[in-house]
Amino acid sequence: MTSTQSLEYLSGFLPGHKHAMHNADNPLVTIVDQQLESTLDSVDASEDRAKVLASGMGFPEEDAYQIGYAVREALVNAVVHGNRYSANKAVHFVMSRVGGSLHIMIEDEGRGFDPEEQADPLANENLLNQSGRGIMIIRAFMDDFVIEKTERGGTRVVMKKSLPPGT
Amino acid sequence: MSVKLTTRKVGDVTVIDATGRITLGEGSSTFRDTIKEMTVAGNKKILLNLADVTYIDSSGIGELVSGFTTVSNAGGNLKLLNLTKRIHDLLQITKLYTIFEVFDDEAKGLASFN
Repeated sequence: MTSTQSLEYLSGFLPGHKHAMHNADNPLVTIVDQQLESTLDSVDASEDRAKVLASGMGFPEEDAYQIGYAVREALVNAVVHGNRYSANKAVHFVMSRVGGSLHIMIEDEGRGFDPEEQADPLANENLLNQSGRGIMIIRAFMDDFVIEKTERGGTRVVMKKSLPPGT
Repeated sequence: MSVKLTTRKVGDVTVIDATGRITLGEGSSTFRDTIKEMTVAGNKKILLNLADVTYIDSSGIGELVSGFTTVSNAGGNLKLLNLTKRIHDLLQITKLYTIFEVFDDEAKGLASFN
């Protein structure tokens, strides 16, 4: 996915943006907008919260589990690899509903992360690596996923999952 | 709840019954330490029963792989028993289904070591 496309997804979090997908018919409703401490307790609590809120939006149980899972993996990356557990750095966690979709943004204050530099976890020579599978699982569980560098040099991920038709 | 591991011997096979969550932090280190202790103690036939594991994150999956490698390097085998549908799906997504021997019947899993 290109960064231009990613902007379209990010627009769900940026009122008035030229690519904004929200409008009078599909208003943006912010469900969560939090600055989290860079701890595993924050990860656990936010995973549970995301799952409960997704269920409340009408996602079936399996979808809510996948959303919670994706939130956990993205937050672990932000806390462990991005902010490196720093007490002086926060993780920005946003969940929004735009029309029939849930948008989630997670942003850290680390040094940035280039997914292109990561070893392909599905390559035979990497199958026994201990780490590097989180992003692949997020991609499998969510409808859309983008990752990019923030203006301040950290990492921002945005992911989206659509509600089942008729929800 | 973090993972709880209970071990039992069936013949020369060590069965580990895991319960709870295997996630980054306490859950994954408990698992890692137990596998290492077993390997050092000479237990090289390990059947890991995941029937009551309610959740495993990518770090937990990494610990399964690490356990597999540790036991294999010691000349043994780590095999999996009773995957939940969610764990089964995760092993499919990560292609680890091609690495692990997986059983849904304990007797067959035990017999496979001999």
